[in-house]
Amino acid sequence: MFLFVIFITTIAYVFGKANGYGLSFAGIALIISGVMSLGSYYFSDSLVLATTGAKPVKKADYPELYRIVENLSIGDGLPMPKVCVLADPSPNAFATGRDPKHGVVCVTTGLLERLNKSELEGVLAHELSHIKNFDTRVMAVAAILVGFVAILADFFMRSLWFRGSDDDRGRANGIFIIIGIVFAIISPIIATLLQLAVSRKREFLADASGALLTRYPDGLASALEKIAADPRPVRTASNATAHLFIANPFKGKDTKAWFTSLFNTHPPMEERIKLLRAM
Amino acid sequence: MSVPVIIAIVLLLIVVFYVWGLYNKLATGKVRIKEAFSGIDVQLKRRTDLIPNLVESVKGYAKHEKDIFENVTKARSALMKADSPHQKAESDNMLTGALKSLFAVSENYPQLRASENFKQLQDELSDTESKIAYARQFYNTNVRDYNTTLVNFPGSVLGNMFGFKEEEFFEAQEEERKNVKVSF
Repeated sequence: MFLFVIFITTIAYVFGKANGYGLSFAGIALIISGVMSLGSYYFSDSLVLATTGAKPVKKADYPELYRIVENLSIGDGLPMPKVCVLADPSPNAFATGRDPKHGVVCVTTGLLERLNKSELEGVLAHELSHIKNFDTRVMAVAAILVGFVAILADFFMRSLWFRGSDDDRGRANGIFIIIGIVFAIISPIIATLLQLAVSRKREFLADASGALLTRYPDGLASALEKIAADPRPVRTASNATAHLFIANPFKGKDTKAWFTSLFNTHPPMEERIKLLRAM
Repeated sequence: MSVPVIIAIVLLLIVVFYVWGLYNKLATGKVRIKEAFSGIDVQLKRRTDLIPNLVESVKGYAKHEKDIFENVTKARSALMKADSPHQKAESDNMLTGALKSLFAVSENYPQLRASENFKQLQDELSDTESKIAYARQFYNTNVRDYNTTLVNFPGSVLGNMFGFKEEEFFEAQEEERKNVKVSF
């Protein structure tokens, strides 16, 4: 995250210098990006439920699932989140919510069919840890920063069209303009890569926090093995919601090639399982 | 103001903020521990509330197992009277032992085993025991973090200054963890 902020500050500085408008420019971009992201963060629980089609369930419908979530939230001292089930044969789970008071945890019917109790506990502990670690907030901030960079780059490119009579601002700005154009092209990509790196780190963190909660990392490890073995994608997942799931909902091979693996929202399964088994 | 004076003031401010932060961390820790302890109490109460029903339903089929009922009732009152974490942990263990005997005895009465009421109570009791285990874990985690801060430096120095003391873990002594003998 720190790296991300340094990156943003550099961008804002370069763009500011290049066209002499300074920081007011950056301020507007930040506000636009902020409003967009904060809206989705604040209503993340209802938004995600609406887009994926997950339905809240009562204790009577899925007593074992409900009890596991209840017990785990006692173990972490958190208020109990809403429990939802998504009718989909692909085994997966996600959690969202702006803070523990508004948490939502969801599992697919495919997951419930395949996992035994300790594996289910491992998965739910991982999801609960996402809520506990305020990961939605972290990813929302990251999204704001990415949006900020993209808008800033956009502003900058547009401002180049209107340079016209401003030639007396001085030739010294020339070099910054060139750097600025290069940055404007690659910075949105770099920002996205940094956001994905943050997402992967938070997945590892949730794995570790979940294992700490259950005191049984093997449960989550064997659950991940079972999930990885199923090749079907989750039908209602989209690019916007992909990072919320415990495993990449689009399945397909985890690309090992270094460059494309930078674009994964989740760390490779084998690495996650290896780390858990070694705990 | 000369540079050395400014540096001295900045260092002093750093120390002040650090002590302030540490004090708050310890104070917050204490509040969390209290909350976690009452969390355990909530689950213990659930359990003690379930027991009279359980004893009644077993009595319906196995009236003459008086010893077992007495043990369970005694252990239950002991738990309700217990105060400190250590006492509660001990009486909780005793109650678990007494309940084990009760369930072992109920194996001899197939009609009891089949009764819906009994099965449901058994389920709820075992769920309550899971909840107690998690509540204990949460409490002990908080106590561990708090005690660790107090034991490390400079927490130990400041802790003494401000009167923070180490808290008890929720656990029973080693001797009490003998296996409960089940006799028929």
